[in-house]
Amino acid sequence: MYEFIKQPTSSAPAPGFAITSRISRPSAAWLQLSPGLILVAGALLVPLCLLVTASFWSVSGYGDLDTTFTLANYEKLLERPGYARILLRSIGIAACVTLITIVLAYPLAYFVAFDVRHRKLIWLILITLPFWSSYLLRVFAWKVVLGWNGAINSGLISLGVIDEPFSFLLYNPLSVVLTLSHAWATFAILPIYLSLEKIDRNLFDAAADLGDGPVRRFLRITLPLSMPGVMAAAVIIFIPTVGDYITPALVGGPDGLMVSNLIQAQFGKANNWPLGAAVSVVSIVSVSLLSLLFVFAARRLSASIR
Amino acid sequence: MSTGRNLGQRLRMLFSSSYLLYLYLPILILPLFSFNDSYYISFPLKAFTLRWYAELAADPSILAALANSVQIAVVTALLSTALGVLSARALTRGRLRGFKSIVGLIMLPLVIPELILAVSLLVVLNEASLGLGKWAVILGHMLICYPFAVAILMSRFEGFATVLEEASLDLGATPWQTFWRVVFPLALPGIVASFLLTFTISFDEFLIAFFLSSSEPTLPVYLWGQLRFPKKLPSALALGTLIIVVSFIVVAFAEWFRRRHAAAGDAP
Repeated sequence: MYEFIKQPTSSAPAPGFAITSRISRPSAAWLQLSPGLILVAGALLVPLCLLVTASFWSVSGYGDLDTTFTLANYEKLLERPGYARILLRSIGIAACVTLITIVLAYPLAYFVAFDVRHRKLIWLILITLPFWSSYLLRVFAWKVVLGWNGAINSGLISLGVIDEPFSFLLYNPLSVVLTLSHAWATFAILPIYLSLEKIDRNLFDAAADLGDGPVRRFLRITLPLSMPGVMAAAVIIFIPTVGDYITPALVGGPDGLMVSNLIQAQFGKANNWPLGAAVSVVSIVSVSLLSLLFVFAARRLSASIR
Repeated sequence: MSTGRNLGQRLRMLFSSSYLLYLYLPILILPLFSFNDSYYISFPLKAFTLRWYAELAADPSILAALANSVQIAVVTALLSTALGVLSARALTRGRLRGFKSIVGLIMLPLVIPELILAVSLLVVLNEASLGLGKWAVILGHMLICYPFAVAILMSRFEGFATVLEEASLDLGATPWQTFWRVVFPLALPGIVASFLLTFTISFDEFLIAFFLSSSEPTLPVYLWGQLRFPKKLPSALALGTLIIVVSFIVVAFAEWFRRRHAAAGDAP
């Protein structure tokens, strides 16, 4: 998604033009940026800081907030293994989703980038369109498809293939992985496609001239050069899916619950906002660290290939 | 060698077509069963019916939720597009120190799970005693719509040269006149696309609205409430079908508008 945002080149002053023109004064630029930056600061940065602060609070009585500093929430998270288990499960599910989505998306991205010649735009629009339908409804559709009485079970029964509905289709980590890897497909296909599209086609001829077969050519040119797209896809999918709420809530069942369901419960039924804030902080921090680690490792790896 | 390549191409074609079909299948299930005359969402299909749609039309709380959704989406789209125009213009006109960090900051809401955005806004609004409702949802939706507006408008602003603005100013127009008579018409396709796409994002968004809408539910929040009742499921499918159709029409129109103007020749 960020690939098409680049440092502007078209507006660089042409030779003969004054370098400091009236419309590109830095002060004017900052003035125009300020409403947007105020929005991000006021509605994101300040709330996030307050969330961190609130994680050191506690509740007294019926959900009244006690703002004296305490580490009790974090101690609770450390003491009870249930919390760590749900966080690890969320990370595991998100890692599976990321891997599956990228493996499935890569051939499609490759196909659109190299095989499609005339109808590229149609393919791209078809790939992007599902993203613009409501996320809630896409997940809900999977519940309808996978359910005990759902489309797959009832379809197979009415065709006479099975007698009893499959119960393993819904309400487990597997259905969460299936649904998420479907819902996030667009976010893998587009970055990988963009990085494949950027590869200089002359390199393929060079590789062929030097005697590389299709497989070696793919492993030594196409794959390493498309790694930035794969990494972007991995990060874009992994971070939000760890924190996804709708999918585990609709198709996860008790065994498929993830960290967001835990957070939501603290802000909802359990009415323990500080504990919910602490869970949020722990999950954000661990996910950010893992992503940084991943990007670092992937950079080292692709550097060693070349 | 060449037959081998053709085989590979054919395999990729087959895989890509089936994968794309798979991406669409679940969405097509919803409309299919919304016309099915049964409370159970299962095969074999019963008779064709429109009663679930009639049930929707007869429910006054749906109309209230629809009104909330449209109000929130229109205000969100207007405000985030307006902020997007200002920011995109600043980011594409001349080199700005810290360009990368600013863009990173603007795009930050896209990589933070929506649930975290929602609960952190919930804590702030609660601490500031500002209350929840439509305005709270608009604030949350602006946060996720603004990055999209900036991205769409930046690619539009990069499409036409600064020279036109320079000329306008040199010929004696005030900055205000220059904006309305030069910048605005040139950026219009991007502005319309940004408005429509941010409208769709806000109209479809569930989680932030779920936490912040309080007693003024949006359409997706209302739909979520209906999912608990088995008897309401078919009309929830009908409502879902309508939401999907609206989003697709708006997005298709936005794309058509953007491309028609991109093709019309106001190239750089």
